[in-house]
Amino acid sequence: MPDKVIPCRKAFTETILREAKKNPNIFIVTSDARGSVTLDDFANTLPDQFVEVGIAEQNAVGIGAGLALAGKNVFVCGPACFYSARSLEQVKVDVAYTKTSVKIIGVSGGVSYGALGSTHHSLHDVAVMRTFPDMQVYLPADRFQTERLTEYLASSDEPAYVRMGRNAVPDVYTANDTFTFGKGKVLTEGQDVAIIATGETVYHALQAEKELQTKGIRAMVIDMHTLKPFDKDLILKAAELCGCIVTVEEHSNFGGLGGAVAEIVSQNYPVKMKILGIPDENVINAKPMEIFEY
Amino acid sequence: MIEIKELEKRAVEIRKRTVEIIHKASGGHIGGSLSSVDILVALHFGVMNIDSKNPAMKNRDRFIMSKGHSVEGYYSTLEKRGFISSELLDSYGQFNSPLSGHPTRKTPGIELNSGALGHGLSVGVGIAIAAKRSGENIRTYVLMGDGEHGEGSIMEAAASAGHYKLNNLVAIIDRNQLQISGRTEDICAVDDLEGKYKACGWSVVHCDGHNMNELLKCFNAVEKQAEKPTCVIVHTVKGKGVSFMEDRADWHHKVPNKEQIEQAFAELDKQMEDIENAR
Repeated sequence: MPDKVIPCRKAFTETILREAKKNPNIFIVTSDARGSVTLDDFANTLPDQFVEVGIAEQNAVGIGAGLALAGKNVFVCGPACFYSARSLEQVKVDVAYTKTSVKIIGVSGGVSYGALGSTHHSLHDVAVMRTFPDMQVYLPADRFQTERLTEYLASSDEPAYVRMGRNAVPDVYTANDTFTFGKGKVLTEGQDVAIIATGETVYHALQAEKELQTKGIRAMVIDMHTLKPFDKDLILKAAELCGCIVTVEEHSNFGGLGGAVAEIVSQNYPVKMKILGIPDENVINAKPMEIFEY
Repeated sequence: MIEIKELEKRAVEIRKRTVEIIHKASGGHIGGSLSSVDILVALHFGVMNIDSKNPAMKNRDRFIMSKGHSVEGYYSTLEKRGFISSELLDSYGQFNSPLSGHPTRKTPGIELNSGALGHGLSVGVGIAIAAKRSGENIRTYVLMGDGEHGEGSIMEAAASAGHYKLNNLVAIIDRNQLQISGRTEDICAVDDLEGKYKACGWSVVHCDGHNMNELLKCFNAVEKQAEKPTCVIVHTVKGKGVSFMEDRADWHHKVPNKEQIEQAFAELDKQMEDIENAR
């Protein structure tokens, strides 16, 4: 791994603090998750824009919606596993259906917590979040993309769910890269196979692309940082150009990125597909990278 | 200040309209709508700073209908208060009506999409915190059912309101003693409601939910509560105003037929007469 890498959650908190200093309407709500989200700086610097509710995710989301209805741009932050399950009805009704300016920032998503076990994994979150009308869903690939995404959300009044991991991830991008949220990003221009990845698996998709090159296979790697709204045109372009698609995600094989791609190609331009995700079984107790290898 | 008699008359008219639209739509939650009407009238006509000409007025008081199923009484109140037109209310229950079977923010005067129980108080806490931090002198009222208090999320919200000393927040409990399957205390007791809120740092007061004078006095006295949120436990009768619906769990969401509508109207007309004749 390269040096000086920081987790996406840290990139988020540094960026949102910068944005919130400029905009007093930005609020953070958290549920005893200052440590896991790395919010201490924010809480100490801008206490009037920070609301702590204790271990009560349902209340955190409801309060977030109330703050938003009173004109605030609210980031409700905590472990993805709890915000995508315990408080899901509040997300569905108070955030998505009421269309409040609330961003659910789910940290330590996927299998980030490793050996803490299935209670702390969130391998269902994309599947549920993307079925709510008006809910946007984002999985940033690295710290730079997280920074740009956070700036984007700080100026948006739409509901959104963002999932990021717990651990440091290698840089995929540089500080100068820009993104169009709502559109996928083509990273390599191959035409033999399309590898579509999201979140922290983008780095690994690029590693795979390099390995394939040594075997004479040219892959088109796509970073689908936005899972909703979903860039249908780019998926169809990749299907037409490459004729086969591999999707890669830190999520259940059901209903995530693979499911979203299959929904598009199966109904418009059927091609062979392989969905690489977490199989339908309880995850072993191990470090995240060991879980992937297993 | 509108006189009490006038508000009582409005409540009867709203009850008539509530019964009528449920009959026309062949569906609705009649019992809890009727128990809430006097509370809604007191708040919308005698307590809250709101403007039907400008529903998004910046410094308006906020009302959150957490017991969203009692929407017919709520819509009928908003019609009477001038937020929604009679044409719009007449569309209730028709194909593709803008009016949903639970409140939505698309309807002028409504702040939150509700209907899943146990959500409103948290949202009210959020509004109240925002108002305090922004120095806005507004008050937030959240109306909940008593059966709704089976939802544990309400206690999360109550605890946070006490913690943040939200004296600009008023929780109102429509204590009609009934929920869809029977009496609240038989199904899974929600009492001691007073003790629960007090334990979370609230002031708790009781009030007769069908006495307009008492409702107004009670809500307007909240101003004087310092450093604490206030919970008003409003004692009501489910199905209030129509004798054969009163205190009956089966009228939670039963639809009156033609004969029942006629009887209901006759009883409500009589109540109107009694109010007019009263000194």
